[in-house]
Formats: sequence, C-alpha cells, structure tokens
Amino acid sequence: MPTQLLFGAEVFLNGLMAGVLYALVALGFVLIYKASGIFNYAQGVMALFAALTLVGIMDGQVPFSHLINAMLGTDVHHFGWHVNALISIILTMGVMIVLAYCVQQFVFRHLVGQEPIILFMATIGLAYFMEGFGDLMWGSDIKKLDVGLPQGGSFWIEENSQWLGFGNEEFYGFFLDQLDIVATGIAAILVIVLVLFSQYTKQGRAMRAVADDHQAALSVGISLNFIWVMVWSVAGFVALVAGIMWGAKSGVQFSLSLIALKALPVLMLGGFTSIPGAIVGGLIIGVGEKMFEFIVGPMVGGATENWFAYVLALLFLVFRPQGLFGEKIIERV
Amino acid sequence: MKMKLITAAVAALVAASPAMADLTFSSLSYRTGPYAANGIPFADGYADYFTLLNERDGGIGGEKINLVECETGYNTEKGVECYESTKGSGALVYQPLSTGITYQLIPKATADGIPVHSMGYGRTSAKNGKVFSNIFNYPANYWDGASVAIKHLLDINGGDISGKKIALVYHNSAYGKEPIRTLEELSKKHGYDLSLLPVDHPGQEQKSQWLQIRRERPDYVIMWGWGVMNQVAIQEAVNIRFPMENFIGIWWSGSENDVKPAGEAADGYKALTFHNVGSDYPLYEDIQDYVVDAGLAAGAGDQIGTVLYNRGLYAAMLAAEAAKTAQKIHGTSAITPAMMRDGMENLEMTEGKMTALGLPNFGPSFKVSCENHGGDGFGAVTQWDAKAGEWKMITDYMQSDQDVLAPLVAADSEAYAKENNITPGCN
Repeated sequence: MPTQLLFGAEVFLNGLMAGVLYALVALGFVLIYKASGIFNYAQGVMALFAALTLVGIMDGQVPFSHLINAMLGTDVHHFGWHVNALISIILTMGVMIVLAYCVQQFVFRHLVGQEPIILFMATIGLAYFMEGFGDLMWGSDIKKLDVGLPQGGSFWIEENSQWLGFGNEEFYGFFLDQLDIVATGIAAILVIVLVLFSQYTKQGRAMRAVADDHQAALSVGISLNFIWVMVWSVAGFVALVAGIMWGAKSGVQFSLSLIALKALPVLMLGGFTSIPGAIVGGLIIGVGEKMFEFIVGPMVGGATENWFAYVLALLFLVFRPQGLFGEKIIERV
Repeated sequence: MKMKLITAAVAALVAASPAMADLTFSSLSYRTGPYAANGIPFADGYADYFTLLNERDGGIGGEKINLVECETGYNTEKGVECYESTKGSGALVYQPLSTGITYQLIPKATADGIPVHSMGYGRTSAKNGKVFSNIFNYPANYWDGASVAIKHLLDINGGDISGKKIALVYHNSAYGKEPIRTLEELSKKHGYDLSLLPVDHPGQEQKSQWLQIRRERPDYVIMWGWGVMNQVAIQEAVNIRFPMENFIGIWWSGSENDVKPAGEAADGYKALTFHNVGSDYPLYEDIQDYVVDAGLAAGAGDQIGTVLYNRGLYAAMLAAEAAKTAQKIHGTSAITPAMMRDGMENLEMTEGKMTALGLPNFGPSFKVSCENHGGDGFGAVTQWDAKAGEWKMITDYMQSDQDVLAPLVAADSEAYAKENNITPGCN
C-alpha cells in the first residue's frame, strides 16, 4: 500500500478520535438547548470548573484557601489527604448538581419567558462568574490531572499495523493515542446511557416532554424547575467528562474553557437539538479538518483546521441552517 | 459651605493621588484569564523586588517606589486601556508583558515620551534605538533566541548541523512567526532543512502537527508556543515518543507550568532563557526576610524561585538599575520618564554589579546604547529535571549570531522608519 495512503488512513483515524472529543463538548450544549432553548455559552467554563473541582478534591486542596489566608492571616492550602479518583468524580458530580440547582434557582427561574437572546446573555454572565469563582475557589495554577487514564501512543496498535507498510521503512505503524481510544469508549457509553435515560426513564421522558412543549409539559404536572435542574446536572456531568479528557491532555487550566470554540462548528453541522447530530457532527469536523490539513495544509502553509471547521459549518448554515439532524425550521407568515 | 466643599474635594484629590516624589512603576499584569498561571508569577516577582527595595533600602536613591498594577488579562485592548489610565500617574517605564500590547504602545509611548521595556518579547527590531527611541528590549529578543537555539544545536553536533532536519512548531500569530526569518537565514548558513508547523490559537489540538513530526522524524523540534499550546505540545511529543532532549522551547515555553502536566515524561525537555533559574541567590534571602516574612509578598507568595517569578524579578531589577543610572546622569533622585529613558539607554549590567545586588551569575552582562537598545543578545539553555522538579541551566550564556541578525534588525527597523516618517538618529 502506498505510504501516503497509509499516512492518510492514520490521519483519518486520528480525526475520528479528535471528533469524539469535540462531540463530548458539543453534547453539553445540545442537552441544555434541547430542553430549555438556552444556548449555554458557559458550557466550556463548566468543563473547566468541573475539572478544577475534581483535581481540587483529589489533591485535598482547601477551597478558597487564598481568600481564607488573606482574611485570617493563616497559611492553609491542603488538608493533607488525597482522595481516590472515583470518589472524587462522584463528589465533583455532587458539586455540579449543586451548581445546576443554583443556576436554576438564582438565574433562570427569574428569566422564564424571556427572549432567547436574554437567556444567552445570562449564560455569558454565568460564564464569567464561574470562571472567577473557580479561580477564587481553586487558584489559577495549572494542575496535573491523573485519574489513571492511559496516555501516549498504543504500542500494540503500532506494532500490529506495521505489516501494512510491507517493509516500507517510512511507515512505523499506526499512531493512536490511548487516551483518545479511551475517550471514544467513554463517549460511546455516555451516548448510550443518555439515549436510554431519555427513552426509558420517567425523568427522561419528562425531559423530552419539556423539550417538545413547556406549556403542555407543565399542564400534565411536570415540574419545569426539576427538569431544568436535572438537565443542567446532566450537562454538568458531560462537562466533567469533557474536562477530564481535555484536562488530561493539557493539565487543568483556564484555557480549558476555550474548548467551547471547538464545539461551535460541530453544533452548526450536527444541529443544536440532536444528540446523534453532536456525535456525527464531531466526527465529520474531526475527520474533515485533519484530512484537509493533511492534504491541503502543506500547499497553503498549514494551520487550516479552525478555518476549515468554521467554513464547513458556514456552508451548512447556508444550505441547511438546522444542521444535519436539527429540527426543521418552519415559519409561516 | 461652598469653600468647605472645594477644600474637602482638593484634600481628597491630593490624598488619592500618588505622592509625586515617589518613583512610580507600572505593572501591566494578568492575574486572571487563560494565561493567569504565567502572569501571576511574573507580576509577583516584579512587585516583590520593588517591595524589597522599599523595605530594605528605602526605595531607589531615597525615593520610595510606588508600584501601580493594572490587570490586562493578556488582552491587547485592555492593555492599552491600562496604559492610558496609568500614564498620568507618572509611570517611569512600562513592561507590557505581551507582544500585542507592545506593538500598540510603540507609537503611543514614543509620542508620550515614556520608555517601554519589552524584555524578551515585542518587536525585535526595536533593538535599533536610532529608530525606536523609547523602546528597549534588552537583554535578548526573539531573533537572539532563534539563533541561540541553533548555536546550541551546533554545539551538541560538533559544529555541523548540515543535513539535519529541524522543525519549528509555532503559535500561528505574529509572535509565533517571529523566528521564521532568522531560522531561514541561519538554515542557508548552516545547511539544515527547516520545516514550519503552525498551530492555531489556542493550541489545544495539535494532533496534525505531531503526526507530521512522527512521519517526517525531524532531528530537532524548536517551539515558539504560549499558554496551553506549550503543555499540549510537550504531551504530544511524549505521546509520539519524540526524544525530549531534542525538543527546545523559546523562553516563553519553558516554565514549570509547561512541563508539570506531562509529569516525569517531560524529563529532558529544553528551553532557552536569558536569566538564571532557581532561588539560590543571596538576594532571595533578603526577599524572604524583608518581603515574605514581613507578610508583604505579592499574591500568595508561593511562586518564589519559579522561572517566571525570576523573570519578573529580573525585569524589576533592570528597571531599578536603569532608574539609578538615570538619577546619576541627571543628578536628581526624582526622575521623570524622559530621564528614565536616558537611564535605560545608558544602562550597563556587569557581573560585578549583579553580584553586588545579590544575584551572581543571574543574567548576562550587557551594555545598552542609543544604537543598541537590545543588549548583546546572550542566551542560555535550561533543561527540565522531572525527578528533582526543577529547571537546570546546562550551558553558559552564548551570544546570538550577530553577523546574521544585525542586517535583519537594520532592514526591519529602517522599513518601520520609512513607514512612519522617522528620521533615524541619536539625540
């Protein structure tokens, strides 16, 4: 097989893996938009906040230690213990549920019936608040996140795919990052769980009912408050998963909130209201941008990935504004 | 009643204004936002040195130091706002701490007669003081950095790197593109093959670039990164098992923040520097006694001795020494920004001077002049020791290739002079 073809296949596979990571971020947006019509600008910051909280709990960091020390003249930073990763994830999820409750209780409950742009603006405010709150709570240093996920290229795949080169010394076997493989597995499980939850549980059906028609859902006794807290909690969980995957790559730091930028073209492509759309959109963007960079990048000086993702999304906006799987927009005059 | 109100207002204004006899220094810091992890240690080092001078020496030349800090969030617009809002306080010199902000301040500060010190960043050709009268970038600039990296590679290859493959992984911005011209010129001289791999901002996703590196197997990778791009690049290099000792970052890609997320696997990664590392200097004992123990440390006081803390402290030390030089030249302790500019232009840092300050072998010796606002272009190489959790200086300071760089600086600064109708010259 020609080497370039093998390299292309390697880029394709890595694009799929990258797409899964993009989809993980996009999923959180979709969940909230689908259930409440809110485009949650704070989704990236939620991933950051969740990851910060996870590392803080794991490392036994004293929350608000800088503030406490400044006010009381103390010098406390750590409790002196380390918490198991699984327990930390559960505790972090608890924090995200509390956060969801607070967001609903103190922000969106007061904005029911407001224009979508008002709700969007509220999420911008929420993003800034959470970023500052996370900084105050856990500090702004870059933290290493180690929940036991494997990192680095898989030796097994590399060694067992070398034969494809038929002795070609330029081909060293396929490179696939173990973290990306794990992320793919986790994302698959997450999507299956989300689908099962929304199809087969009482709360899931209530969530879908609210997504379909708030008024009708309310009239049959579904508590909007409860559903929205639940949706924000589920989005918080998705943000935590995304935060773990991205944080394992770069360390947990405030740039993590910028991963939302990677989700936007995915949403435009897949549609804002479709969970499968987020996954398929993520995969198309991931593969598309990597293949474009591989084939066209060298001719134009590289760094085409962001450009390609947004241009592709723009094309979809022009020809199919609702995205691949979004609900068809019908407006009667 | 009216008189009383006016008197009270004037009194309040006087109380609120900084004492004009103080020497005011500005600190355009970024303690918030995506780059806060890098901004905090620099700002802490900058502030702690001035606090030390106030507490130990009573300021500079008998004048207390008034440090005005303004949060930029590493945002160019905010940085310019900070400049505009603080220049009235009589700030003697600005450290923009961002190439973007520096570019914006070059014409403004020059018009206002206020000097700017962009230490290891900003516009490289500002080295030519005949064109950039108020801009200083000593002791080294980006082009020096690129040249020092190549010199190091020459050193470890017995002086011959012809035929070697070198890849530049760079932030796809004006900052990241700075070394390209220099590396291209040096490739003609030394015969290496240069490949360019831009990374889009912010740099969280670099799979394509590192797959390309894995395919092409360059002998060395040089990185011009910033923020999250650094941590991801180092992790990706680890993932493809690229030898860390063949991976060299510019000084903005060489702090503890950049290597720690990758853990022990980052061991051996190299970075350039223009100042020394660690805290084993007599001056740090004074910092402990007069600043930390006195409860006056900036921030949380937990950054002392880190790479970026040292850089902030070094910047403050150079500013203080320039102020002392200005006081000497003009025979007054209450210097103005214009006098400070003169002090910077006549600054001379020697090993003897740094030893006397409690910072032996901390930075290179250099002399500034009207023709040369950038120092002598000395840099060194540090290496990360993951087990010890510290950076180690592995080379002496070496001078960049002035034969190649001087014509580049001259050409770029002359082009700027032509565009802006500046007649190059010394006052």
